Order: sequence, then structure tokens, then C-alpha cells
Amino acid sequence: MDGVQINKPLKKKRYVLKEMWQSREDYLFMLPFLVLFCIFTVLPVVVSIFLSFTYFNVLEPPTFNGLQNYFKLFLNDDLFMKALSTTLIIALVTGPIGYVLSLGLGWLVSEFGTKTRAFLTLLFYAPSLSGGLASVWMIIFSGDQYGLLNGVLMDLNLIYEPIQWLTDETYMMGVCIIVIVWGSLGTSFLSFVAGFQGLDKKLFEAAAVDGIKNRFQELWYITLPSMKPQMMFGAVMSITNSFGVGAVISQIFGFPSTGYALYTLVHELEDYGSVRFEMGYASAIATLLFLIMIFSNKAVQKLLAKVGQ
Amino acid sequence: MAKRVKRVKETKRVSRSTGGTFLLFFILIFFAVLMALPMVLAISNSLKPLSELWEFPPKLFPRSPTLKNFADMFNIMSDSLIPFARYIFNTLFITGVGTAGNIILSSMCAFPLAKKKFPGKDAIFSIIVTSLMFNGTVTAIPNYIVMSTLGWIDTYWSIIVPAFASTLGLYLMKQFMEQSVPSTLLEAARIDGASQWLIFWKIVMPCVKPAWLTQLLLSVQALWNLGSSTFIFSDEKKTLAYALGQIVSGGVARAGVGAAVSVFMMVVPISIFAFSQSNIVDTMSTSGMKD
Repeated sequence: MDGVQINKPLKKKRYVLKEMWQSREDYLFMLPFLVLFCIFTVLPVVVSIFLSFTYFNVLEPPTFNGLQNYFKLFLNDDLFMKALSTTLIIALVTGPIGYVLSLGLGWLVSEFGTKTRAFLTLLFYAPSLSGGLASVWMIIFSGDQYGLLNGVLMDLNLIYEPIQWLTDETYMMGVCIIVIVWGSLGTSFLSFVAGFQGLDKKLFEAAAVDGIKNRFQELWYITLPSMKPQMMFGAVMSITNSFGVGAVISQIFGFPSTGYALYTLVHELEDYGSVRFEMGYASAIATLLFLIMIFSNKAVQKLLAKVGQ
Repeated sequence: MAKRVKRVKETKRVSRSTGGTFLLFFILIFFAVLMALPMVLAISNSLKPLSELWEFPPKLFPRSPTLKNFADMFNIMSDSLIPFARYIFNTLFITGVGTAGNIILSSMCAFPLAKKKFPGKDAIFSIIVTSLMFNGTVTAIPNYIVMSTLGWIDTYWSIIVPAFASTLGLYLMKQFMEQSVPSTLLEAARIDGASQWLIFWKIVMPCVKPAWLTQLLLSVQALWNLGSSTFIFSDEKKTLAYALGQIVSGGVARAGVGAAVSVFMMVVPISIFAFSQSNIVDTMSTSGMKD
């Protein structure tokens, strides 16, 4: 009896090892990708978490300093708190708007015939295809009378002085949100277009027979639940993008933006990492950003699981 | 009889109210205009002569379109300290090698994940899905240490090799393979004695053409638009997007040339998408995540 119990885990282990040996070709196939993935993604995340508990200036080896970086971030760094709130505002506004817009426009687009659908998909996806195009917003929101928006407003006599859209703190956040939402119809949008196109038409017939009264009920009880896998994937894409905003802002508003009005965690991270070389401190910022992204993703996944219930 | 047929059609699906249709159409037009505006403006400004660029009130469309801005763009390029052909070569090299490596390595990795059974499969895939939940900002600092340890600072490899291991492409490829490669076909090939390598090249890869076209687009999109990298210092190793960015930052005098640059840069990814759209949408139809 005793012998059997001792042998059992051993046998299981031997069985797993045998299975692994039989799948050696599979492991070999995955090896090149997984090695690179570990070096450039997994390892950096682990190192980043480790460094966040140290003082490290690249020249000397890192020295352990416990939670000091985190204390400094929350208690002694006003700019960090500003960056954190700006990042959260941008993410909480542009994330959901971009997501709902992707879903809504994906649905509208899929109601059209093949040619129109292809054209509209291209039109909506184009902003995220070409990174340099965002700079065109500078022409639209340019602060002199030659800026498109100022020109139009002045021509209509709605304003008499050009508005400094890109440097006046009253307008900067609004303009920033427009630009980010404009570029947010990305991978998630394509996933939605494909999902709506692939819906089983018989479901709608069955629903009509079962007493679905209008299109809203149809959307909530039939369409969205069938789209759940796409919605999960789209949420991951949207969240990851909306927390990583930084480069577009620097491109349009300059760095630093007026009064640090659009200073995000990405900027703070770059400042400490590539300018001041305080790698331990920068790692603490990176670790927080990592936790925020993972937490938001998990929370939204839980929320989406409730769709159609 | 005809009446009955009509009634059957009506019950097929609940219909939308006319007001609803009108409203939806209005929303669609609104967003279509908003999305298209920067693109239209870039194209129109790139065709405007200097006198029309500084007009009040500004006009959306050029009255006497000219290609002078594009000619100026090439002139500025040929005057620069580093020959412009070098920037073009850099971007083509980085985009080409990075994309090819990404497609090959991630398809090879996706094959067992999609079609085989082996210990550790679920764990590996869930780590890959988790990696979709954060972006490169998070790993930027340790990556600098990794690059300097490898001695890759200021080399093309610092951009190319990490691009090989982009997980979004792997994820989409794995999902697509699962659905579109018939398991019976793989089984038959194995019984006939085909090696794993042969099965991969001759059966799996031809089946997943839409998925690797999608990867091609995603990878080109990332690498073609790549401006500056923190790992590259030498001017002669910088990319086209960086060099063109320098032209744009030349200020007001170059507004027209700047627009020409934006148009020039967007042509490549947009044409790839336009030509492979149906394949990409095919791939995306399997992109869903299970909870």
C-alpha cells in the first residue's frame, strides 16, 4: 500500500517526461520564438520588478533600498502624481470611447455590402496604419489664423482672436482626447468588423420567432453575446494602447507640454530612465504601469463576462 | 401565395425603424468625415503651392494643385548630410528582415500551440496572452540593459530581433491555425511518414496564408512607421520616418513639404492593407478570446 503511494507521483513524473520526450520536435519548433520572447519580454518584466526595489544609476551595481522608490513616488514626487492622474484621465476617457466607437462603427460597417464595407473599413483603420499622419492635427489646431479650425471659426465671426489650441491648458486635454480617439480604431476595430460579418444569420431568425421585439434587444441578447470572444480581445488591445499614450502627445504638443498639462507616466518613465539614469526609480514607475495595465485588463474581462446576462 | 412568401420574409428578422436607420447613417457620416479629415488635409496640403498654404480663410482644397512639394521633398533629401538612399535602405532592411523573421518564428511557434498536445502548452499560451496586456514602455529600461549586455546598442539588431518575438502576431496566427488547418490532413501526412518540418512547410503554411498576410501588415506597420529608437545613436543608422520627421520639424516654411512627407509615409502601409484586407478580416474572425 505504502509502496504504491510513493510510486504514484514517480510514475506520473516519468509519464510526463516520456510525453515531453515524445514532443521534443514541438519544443524545438517553439524554441527560437520563446527564447527571444523570454529575453525581450519576460526577463525585462522580472528585472524591472527587481530593480524597482533598488537604487541603480547604471554606473555602479544596484543597491537594495526596499520600498523607498515607491514612498518617494507617492509622497515626494508631485510630477509623478500629476502624470498618474493625467494618464488615468486619458485612459479612462479614450479607452472606453475608442472601444465603444470601434464596436459601434464595426457593427455599422458590417451592415453594408462588400465594396462599401471594404472602403469604410479602410477609411476607419487608416489613422492607426500611418503613424506620421497624427502631425496633420497640428495644421487643424494650429494656434494662428492659418490653422484650419481657427480660420473657419474666425471666418464665421464666432471668435475674433485665434485660440491657442495646442498651448492653452483649457483646450489641451480636449484636443488630446480627440486625436487619441481618432487613432484608436485599431486591431480591435478589425476584430469587430470580422466578428459581426461572421455572425450566424439563423440566430436572428430564431430570435425574431422567440419574441425579440426591436433591434436593441437583438443587439443585447443575440449580437453582443455572440461577439464576446472578439470583445474580450478588443478590450485587451484598447486598454494596452490607452495606457501607453505618450509619443503622440510629444509629437503634437511638444515635450514638455505647456504647464506639464499632458505629462503622462510614459513621459515620466522616459525622463528618469533615459535622461536622469535613475533606473531603480524608473523601474518602480514601469512596475506600477505594468500592474495598472494587468489589473485593468483583468477587471474589464470580468465585466465583459456579464454581457447579455 | 405571393402574399404568404412576403410575410415569411418579414418574420425573418426584426426590422429597424426609419428614424433609427437615419440616425445611424448620420453617425456613420459624422465619423467618416472626422476620420478622413486629416488624410484629406494631408493630401490637399501636399498639393498646394506655397501661396495657398498661407491663405486666410484657409481652404480645404487646392485651386492650382502642384507636385512641387514632392519635388522639394526629394531635393531636401538629396541635400542632407547623409545620403537619403541610406535612410531608405535602413528602413527597408529593418522592415524586411524584421517582418520575415517574425512571420517564420511565430508560425513555427504557433504550429505546436495550435495543433499539438504536449506538457506545458496551456501555461505557455497563457503567458503569451498576458504579454498582450502590457506594452513595450514597461520593458524599455531593462531592455536597454539587455541590449548593452548583448552589445547590440547602436546596431540594427536592437530593433530587428525584438520584432521577431512580437506576440500579437503569434496570438493571431495560433488562433487562425486552430480553425483553418484540418487535423485529419496533418494525421494523414504523419501516417505517410512526412516529417514535422515537411508538414509545416507543405501543409500548414499554405493553409494559413491570410494569417501571415496579417502578420506582414502588423509588422510592416510597426517597423515602417518607427521613428527614433533609444538604442540607435548614429545618424547613418536612423530610419526614414526619423529623417522625414526632421523635415517636418523644419517649421512653417516647410508646411507643404511636411504634408508631402505624411502622404509619402502613409502610402506603403495603406496599400498593403487595401490589397490584403479580405485576408486580414478572415484572420481577425478567429481573433476572439475565451474567458
